[in-house]
Amino acid sequence: MADDKEKEGPELVIAELHKKIKDAFEVFDHEMNNTVDVREIGTIIRSLGCCPSEGELHELIAEVEEEEPTGYIRYEKFLPVMTSILLERRYRPIPEDTLLRAFEVLDPAKRGFLSKEELIKYMTEEGEPFSQEEMEEMLSAAIDPESNSIHYKDYITMMVIDEN
Amino acid sequence: MGSGASTQHHFAFQNAEKAFKAAVLIQRWYRRYMARLEMRRQCTWSIFQSIEYAGQQDQVKLHDFFSYLVDHFTPSSHNEKDFLSRMFTEERVPQDSEMEKCSDYESIEVPDNYTGPRLSFPLLPDHAMALVEAFRLKQQLHAHYVLNLLHETRKHLVQLPNINRVSTCYSEEITVCGDLHGQLDDLIFIFYKNGLPSPERAYVFNGDFVDRGKDSLEILMVLFAFMLVYPKEFHLNRGNHEDYMVNLRYGFTKEVMHKYKVHGKKILKILQDVFCWLPLATLVDEKVLILHGGVSDTTDLELLSKLDRHKIVSTLRCKTRKENEKQEEEKGKAKQTSSAGRPSPWFLPQSHPLPSSPICLSSHQTHKAGRSCSVPCCGPLDPRELSRQVRRSVDLELERCWQQAGFPVIKEKEEPWLFMADADSEARELLEPTREEWRQVVDILWSDPMAQEGCKANTVRGGGCYFGPNVTKQLLQKYNLQFLIRSHECKPEGYEFCHGRKVLTIFSASNYYEVGSNRGAYVKLGPALTPHIVQYQANQATHRLTMRQRISRVEESALRALRNKLFAHSSDLLDEFKKHDKDKTGVIPLGKWAAAVESVLRLGLPWRVLRPQLVNSAAGAMLHYESWLEDVAKEQPNYKNVQSSLLETLYRNRSNLETIFRIIDSDHSGFISVDEFRQTWKLFSSHMKVDITDDCIRDLARSIDLNKDGHIDINEFLEAFRLVEQSCSEGRDSDCPQAPTATGSGSSRPGAH
Repeated sequence: MADDKEKEGPELVIAELHKKIKDAFEVFDHEMNNTVDVREIGTIIRSLGCCPSEGELHELIAEVEEEEPTGYIRYEKFLPVMTSILLERRYRPIPEDTLLRAFEVLDPAKRGFLSKEELIKYMTEEGEPFSQEEMEEMLSAAIDPESNSIHYKDYITMMVIDEN
Repeated sequence: MGSGASTQHHFAFQNAEKAFKAAVLIQRWYRRYMARLEMRRQCTWSIFQSIEYAGQQDQVKLHDFFSYLVDHFTPSSHNEKDFLSRMFTEERVPQDSEMEKCSDYESIEVPDNYTGPRLSFPLLPDHAMALVEAFRLKQQLHAHYVLNLLHETRKHLVQLPNINRVSTCYSEEITVCGDLHGQLDDLIFIFYKNGLPSPERAYVFNGDFVDRGKDSLEILMVLFAFMLVYPKEFHLNRGNHEDYMVNLRYGFTKEVMHKYKVHGKKILKILQDVFCWLPLATLVDEKVLILHGGVSDTTDLELLSKLDRHKIVSTLRCKTRKENEKQEEEKGKAKQTSSAGRPSPWFLPQSHPLPSSPICLSSHQTHKAGRSCSVPCCGPLDPRELSRQVRRSVDLELERCWQQAGFPVIKEKEEPWLFMADADSEARELLEPTREEWRQVVDILWSDPMAQEGCKANTVRGGGCYFGPNVTKQLLQKYNLQFLIRSHECKPEGYEFCHGRKVLTIFSASNYYEVGSNRGAYVKLGPALTPHIVQYQANQATHRLTMRQRISRVEESALRALRNKLFAHSSDLLDEFKKHDKDKTGVIPLGKWAAAVESVLRLGLPWRVLRPQLVNSAAGAMLHYESWLEDVAKEQPNYKNVQSSLLETLYRNRSNLETIFRIIDSDHSGFISVDEFRQTWKLFSSHMKVDITDDCIRDLARSIDLNKDGHIDINEFLEAFRLVEQSCSEGRDSDCPQAPTATGSGSSRPGAH
């Protein structure tokens, strides 16, 4: 997302970043009072180009929350944290080939696919487990109904194209 | 040489660790993907909403336009007078004699080969069910029965109070449904899923039955039929779309004229009256208040109970308070000489026997300072105006005679529209709602809840207010109520609680913006009136799509609508871009694009988030704005002979144009004369400050009148420019292009709840 590298001075770069962050923040500022529900922060951060893990996300939330958490995040606290994340290029997105290798780790026999059961097991029992909703949604797009498996290379390609 | 076991463990551990890390990676990546999808979904929603509300604001502007005409335009020829007189007929409560005429259905013969449903009165449950079934099979009810049903409906509604009181001790359950907007599939689905109305199963339909969808009339027929069959258990509230003026713009008028070419006019006329007689609210067990829009800090249920709701013909008005005040000042100075001054009702000769598309306004008292919000309303009342109205029935006849005899009916040159009469304040009581009464009704039909405390003008819609949690609390306390059920706003899940669960929004038109855009819902009130929500989406096709596909479809529709808007403002955008390009390099920094677009379009959208979808970038960080505008233009249909700025203007104003045409075409014939078209356009463009030459208009008009008979077919005109998107005969009247909806039967898998 941060593909428009402007060759102008740093102030301009930061000004642009601020506007970008504000736009994304405002999409979820339903009450129009410069706050968003804390549960939307992940979406906002990710839509700005970052790819934190859940753990990293929780740390971030702790940084931007109030002393006594209200369930809402204020823009004034969010902006500086988000700006430095973008400037420092933290939580970079995962390149396609890294993703492919991750799937291959889960498929040591190198069959080129994972069965539906295997995918479910890994995604809901390992790592930072998916909720049932997340799992169902992934299955709906990933699983080839005839073989009941996910051909991960094709899957990745499809998702990446869709993104762009 | 490590022992086998520990190496195995070591490897196993490493493998487990690798698997863990791999899983985290995949999950991380996937969550980011989903987040971006969610962002797109939210943006899409914002696009649809902002365009919808901008359209409603347009409606207010349109009325400003007409009042501008009234104030400033002096017709310079007899033709122009005639022409304008056809646009400006008086809005008033129809006389009983007129109503008789309109509901004269007996003379309409039903041919023997008619295979549609037949009704007889008093209506029985079987008739109502037969109607539902017939409509499900796409049959059409004969005009004879339509008028008959409307006649009976009106008789029934007249007996009802403004606020219907319902008790749950008679029915075991009460189901409340929200906006349907002509989407018959959703209504059929609700009956299928929840059960047909019966003495044990009460229903409340909370307004906005018509407009936008393609089966508004069928919905009305079904709802009215059940209301007549189960008068104690089946209840309807008026919504802001149960209003002939709103219908002119949002598709219901068109639908009726299209389906009933011979009798449509009559049907519309009696419907106008029926809408006025719809109750304003329903109260369940004295505890749950159900009304269409919302409330304000001045909502007075006693006043609402007592007013004559029939007098509120339309909740739309022409003038804002500011304009009124200004005129008051000006007129105040010229008080002695000028009889008129008032922006409001004046009486015109009519060249058509029935005032079939009345547009204007009733007069009201001065809008006092009161609330700081300015609800659009009318100007101060001239007492002489009122008396005139009393005498109008006599004058009306006289006018007609004069007109037919070819005499100019205008009395004074300066105020061609008005007649003088003596003051008669009692007449006022009988005929007009007071300003306060009108405002109370507007508030309950148009308001929206907001999260902040307080109460402020609803500038987005142009009517009613935004009300905060304290307003709700205050009202509930004052009248000892438990909570409020309202509709009026589309919600992605079909419903939404707010104000600490004291306000429930319920919206029953699924896929409202586009197939897959939102669920519909209804709410059942159980014992102790606890709400139980049921959601659905009346389109089987969407269930087979993944979330990604669903979002993409809806998004594409929204983006198309947005690109349309961008095209419509091409000239302004170009000017704005040039401002950022003082050195005339032809490029601007990509970062400036968003600011420029927002300053022109003013939709309040997250342009930087949307940019990747709207701009195929650019040489790195710079945008060739002219070629971008060309790209946008390329996506629009082309009409080669037309001056491009004209096309742009037409695009921008197409809804207004269509509405204006429909108003001019007061006999609903579908034709307007070339001359009328030219005159309208001239007036319109001068008011909208659009720079189109007269020649251009003339050429355009000529080119549209293909058979050179001096008449333009409105629909052909709009189609020629594709100003009405593809399925104009089956689609909706909104600014958003529609994907054709799947014509499944009513049943479908309900959304998970």
